[in-house]
Amino acid sequence: MAKKEKNAEEVTFTPKGTGIRTNGEIVRSTELPDPTEKKHSDLDLSDDDVVDMFEQMYLQRRFEERAMQMYQKGKFGGFLHLYMGQEAISTGTTYALNDDDDIITAYRDHGWGLVRGVSPKEGMAELYGKETGCSKGKGGSMHFANVDEHFWGGYGIVGGHIPLGGGIAFANKYKQNNRVTACFLGDGAVPQGALHETLNMSQNWGLPCIYAVENNGYAMGTAVHRHSVGEIVDRADGFNMKKMVINGMDVLTVYEKMKEIADDVRENSEPWFVEIRTYRYRGHSMSDPMKYRTKEELEEYEKLDPVARIKNYLLDEDIIDEDKVEEIEDSVEDTVMEAIDFAEESDFPEKEALYDHMFAEDDYPFHT
Amino acid sequence: MAELQFREAIRAAIDEEMSQDEDIFVMGEEVAEYDGAYKVTEGLLDKYGSKRMIDTPISELGFAGIGVGAAMNGLRPIVEFMTFNFAVLAADQIINHASKARYMTGGQVEIPIVFRGPNASAGQLSATHSVSYDAMYAHFPGLKVIYTSEPADAKGLLKSAIRDDNPVLFMESEQMYGLKGEVPEEDDFTIPIGKAKVKREGSDVTVVAHGKMYHVATQAAEKLAKEDVDVEIVDPRTVKPLDIETIVKSIRKTNRCVVVDEAHPFGGLAAEVGYLIQREAFDYLDAPVQRVTLPDTNAPFAKNLFDEWLPSPEQVIDAVNTVTYRK
Repeated sequence: MAKKEKNAEEVTFTPKGTGIRTNGEIVRSTELPDPTEKKHSDLDLSDDDVVDMFEQMYLQRRFEERAMQMYQKGKFGGFLHLYMGQEAISTGTTYALNDDDDIITAYRDHGWGLVRGVSPKEGMAELYGKETGCSKGKGGSMHFANVDEHFWGGYGIVGGHIPLGGGIAFANKYKQNNRVTACFLGDGAVPQGALHETLNMSQNWGLPCIYAVENNGYAMGTAVHRHSVGEIVDRADGFNMKKMVINGMDVLTVYEKMKEIADDVRENSEPWFVEIRTYRYRGHSMSDPMKYRTKEELEEYEKLDPVARIKNYLLDEDIIDEDKVEEIEDSVEDTVMEAIDFAEESDFPEKEALYDHMFAEDDYPFHT
Repeated sequence: MAELQFREAIRAAIDEEMSQDEDIFVMGEEVAEYDGAYKVTEGLLDKYGSKRMIDTPISELGFAGIGVGAAMNGLRPIVEFMTFNFAVLAADQIINHASKARYMTGGQVEIPIVFRGPNASAGQLSATHSVSYDAMYAHFPGLKVIYTSEPADAKGLLKSAIRDDNPVLFMESEQMYGLKGEVPEEDDFTIPIGKAKVKREGSDVTVVAHGKMYHVATQAAEKLAKEDVDVEIVDPRTVKPLDIETIVKSIRKTNRCVVVDEAHPFGGLAAEVGYLIQREAFDYLDAPVQRVTLPDTNAPFAKNLFDEWLPSPEQVIDAVNTVTYRK
């Protein structure tokens, strides 16, 4: 009889008590650790640095808001994965690293490109698939890159770029050039085998690499606690790897912590596994109706908007006044609108470009 | 010239290139301390040390990708797979990253990497250890694929592969590692990628065969010679880019063709060569092209079934008889 009752139990394959479907309550997809209490001056950042951080973050935000409008107008196709809400991570990290340190990320890459030398014009043109794009219109939204400035690109296969990050770090160690690699991935890539294989070799070989998860709460439409057991950061324990959880909604915190970590990596040539908790304000891509989360949850995180936060910091600390903020915002707006004009006026690649960049040589005999 | 085993020819290619370029390193399972699962890299750890001869864990996806990343960032990795049957786990890195990163970034990165190791079957190893992958990888743009049959070709083409600035897959065979042949010793000896070779001249029929199948074709040709059938054998050596011109030139002479391929029939090299011949040499054919391939089944373990499964000289002879209307 007991056996029969057991069989009668409902079988489910999702953790209980999670998500909006199971209990109707707002379950925050990530718990944010406290932001730093330090002021920018305690972190050796000048007033100008913080103003620039705000400008960089506001540029990423406006670039994507305008890109979204253009996408909705049908100006360009493909996927469009927006980074909005996560700008403190790209900006704080870039400030924390040296200019010749290496960065690689997944497909949510616009912010990373913009903060690492892809101009708004080249970025917008890439979204439009124009020959003036940063990847000459060959990569699109998911494949921004600026290798000259050590931004190795966005990559579209979830988790596929993680070993590439390890390999970039491997080459740096091989050449003893003292460069640090920062390999960013989403929480959705955490369950991929590529991560675990790479972490194992990285720790075994002492690769100078920071593996940083941008935990924005959702792998596409699956909440983080529905796709991964335990705390993400604790994956590090299995590899005896150094780890940290960081508040990703505050640029000064990201800067402070990533600088500490980068310094340690540079000094000891040991990898780190870092979980940076954040939130994505938009859907996974443009076709996402976002039924997997509540409006209330989104609103709660919007109160923590990293762009508004650094703006308020500038005002509260009397670094700049409202007029100056407005001037910056107007200037960014102009830059973004010029980028759109540039993208629209640029040419599509020539037909012959189809065969460019396949091989190192120009005379490869393509199969027909 | 020196008489070398196939494995020694490969080792010589690696050794010579490593001695000339500090950026070249070898990475893979058992390549260093163990001296290579098939002793291809024997002695190289002693010579080059553990910075350049790197034992990996059994993580094909991970170390293939680390190789690709290292190549992007200025090194020239030689990544050994214990067999290409295991490289299926690394296919994402080969197919999605090595072959595509240059294109996706509009030419911002170069990926000078060699993936090498044994391909196809090696006796009774059952289904998962017996697959020929050259045509599968050749399907994907952005990759070069080499599968040689003799030590000299192996040395010359592997040196070219290591010097190439693109991803190259270099395939070998467990069953050929002990095969001996005369191999040039000069440091600058290379064979260009993408050039087939007429290895036996004949006038009655062209047999196209590469890798291990070249030797099956040779055995068939020797038997057929006793029956006064004069077989020409063309070894493509490089699968991609394929040197169809040399094959077509031979067919213009013989007017008949058999393709021998140690892959399954659907969409393999035999299928591709057959298509190209009808396009390029239709008017020169006196008979439909025949092919000898594996059957459309997995590799069996049982000895009698395995012998039935693997292309044999007898099957090649039958195919030659068909295209020459001898039977």
